Amino acid sequence: MIRLTWRQFRTPAAVACGALLVVVLLAALTGPGLAHAYSTTTTACRQAGDCTSAMADFSHTDGVLRTALGTLVTIVPALLGMFWGAPLIAREIEGGTIPLVWTQSVTRTRWLAVKLAVVGLAGILVAGLLSLVVTWWAHPLDQAAAAAYDTFGERDLAPMGYAALAFVIGVTAGMLIRRTVPAMALTLFTFVVVRVGIAYGIRPRLISPAHRTLALDPASTGFGSSISPDGMFNALFNGGPSSALEPATPNLPNAWIYSTRVVDDAGHDLTDKVLDADCPGMASGGGGPAVPGHVPVSQSAQQQMQACISKVGATYHELVTYQPGNRYWALQWQELALCGTAALLLAAFCVWWVRRRRIA
Amino acid sequence: MTHDTVLVARGLGRRFGRRWALSDCTLAVPAGRVVGLVGPNGAGKTTLMRLTVGLLTPTSGTVEVLGHPPAQNPAQLGRVGFVAQETPTYANLTVADHLRLGGWLNARWDSDLAERRIQQSGLDPRQRAGRLSGGQRAQLALTLAVAKRPELLVLDEPVASLDPLARREFLQGISEVATEHGVSVILSSHLVSDLERVCDFVIVLVASRVRVAGTIEDLLATHHRLTGPAHHTTAGVEVVEAHHTDLHSTLLVRSEEPIDDPAWTVEPVSLEDVVLAHMGTEDRS
Repeated sequence: MIRLTWRQFRTPAAVACGALLVVVLLAALTGPGLAHAYSTTTTACRQAGDCTSAMADFSHTDGVLRTALGTLVTIVPALLGMFWGAPLIAREIEGGTIPLVWTQSVTRTRWLAVKLAVVGLAGILVAGLLSLVVTWWAHPLDQAAAAAYDTFGERDLAPMGYAALAFVIGVTAGMLIRRTVPAMALTLFTFVVVRVGIAYGIRPRLISPAHRTLALDPASTGFGSSISPDGMFNALFNGGPSSALEPATPNLPNAWIYSTRVVDDAGHDLTDKVLDADCPGMASGGGGPAVPGHVPVSQSAQQQMQACISKVGATYHELVTYQPGNRYWALQWQELALCGTAALLLAAFCVWWVRRRRIA
Repeated sequence: MTHDTVLVARGLGRRFGRRWALSDCTLAVPAGRVVGLVGPNGAGKTTLMRLTVGLLTPTSGTVEVLGHPPAQNPAQLGRVGFVAQETPTYANLTVADHLRLGGWLNARWDSDLAERRIQQSGLDPRQRAGRLSGGQRAQLALTLAVAKRPELLVLDEPVASLDPLARREFLQGISEVATEHGVSVILSSHLVSDLERVCDFVIVLVASRVRVAGTIEDLLATHHRLTGPAHHTTAGVEVVEAHHTDLHSTLLVRSEEPIDDPAWTVEPVSLEDVVLAHMGTEDRS
């Protein structure tokens, strides 16, 4: 059965190997240059004594390729689900070959188990190798960007879990719909929903976040309308009312910041009423952000603003809810385990369905 | 249970949704014969065959093939060969690939037999199965089913879509297999002429029920066409089919004994007459 599976699967496998080879070549051609540039930049900025802005600049090097490779790692699991998973059973049903293959001297359980194992493991391998290459290539840029969680699903272990899950979703869809093309469409839709659900619904809850309390810094706290994406997300998903005071993003390298809120010791959010009482005219007036480099504001307005923030800071502080960078690997393993378990459960369902002869 | 039957069904039924494709079917198929299963469309032939090879599980009743439930393990699967109605093959695999596939998936695979059959059928081993003609594809499907050296070969209307020549070659192949390897065969068809050519035992299935079963010899010996005065009756015969006019009656009867009533003119019948009479086709000319 392994040999038959391999015979049926060798063309898609060859296509995948070819595509992988192209990525490897691309990475091999540009990767060493990138790594060299990174070491040059770090040496230079260390001598100069300040690496923050140099690293921020360097992280934008090769931006197009970095985005392209990241996107590739993101979509490959979906492609595996559509082109390897969905046809696995559906094409046998469409081609009428189920009666042929199920009446050879191989039980249908073994037939499905071998197909799932051979093609599924190959899919995980492809996603894993691709992720490995891209992770290696992007390492200097990721180091410079110091935002490990921004590329969480495009690096390291997570893509293998997605590949396993997408593949089995494809197999299940093909088995239930019995036609390849509609099954491919359903696979894509389902996987996108699952993938978004994992990233925004499950991943933030895998490990309860850490908190850090910071005093309000008059020099870096702005006065904003909170229509930034983070603020929107915060308001929508974390239930926190967006305060009109916007503290600067705290300097936590590689951390995944869920929210920054302005609260008092009892944990209550700063309300417009309190803000209005402490700083008359600020809430309704156009007090620009005091952060240097933003919209230029008059000297007096800035002083007024800083005085106001000092006043508010007497009872209120900044509360940062975040996932520290050192939990990155724990989260990677947990997400891999989660997707792997879901894939195994779905595969077990497929075996059960086939054993009940539901597709003959 | 016993070795003189290859298939025993008891109260066998299969439902798809609300529709019973086969219900309460009880039959026994003798071993060592080429058995023709004939019946009108919708009689449940295909369902019965798919239950026999284990592609379907019964909704009710039991089925035993060569003394065991079908398809329960690789050994049991190996004892039964099957060619489905559409004679399926893998369109993008070559003829040679199919023979390899047979070897990979069957412990008792006879590659000499397979290659010989492919050669005799004039198939090019390098040809993709998707490019074969219907007759060639049927031969390939039959080769796969035969070369696994089954004890029972189940063929579900394999010749339905073939032209007369391909049909004759295919049926000839079945006869050879049955005689050379002593394989029991169950073959379904709705064409009695096909069955007459290869079968020696016929089962007529109508609406899941066995209407009549027996060797062709017996069926022909016990069925007679009687022509005589209108509405004349004779004791001891079973009237299968009757046509009456004002003056005459024409009956097709089954009788173990010779008909000695002088009122009847007795004529022999063809297998087709017997089968069609039992299938109850009224509008036959």
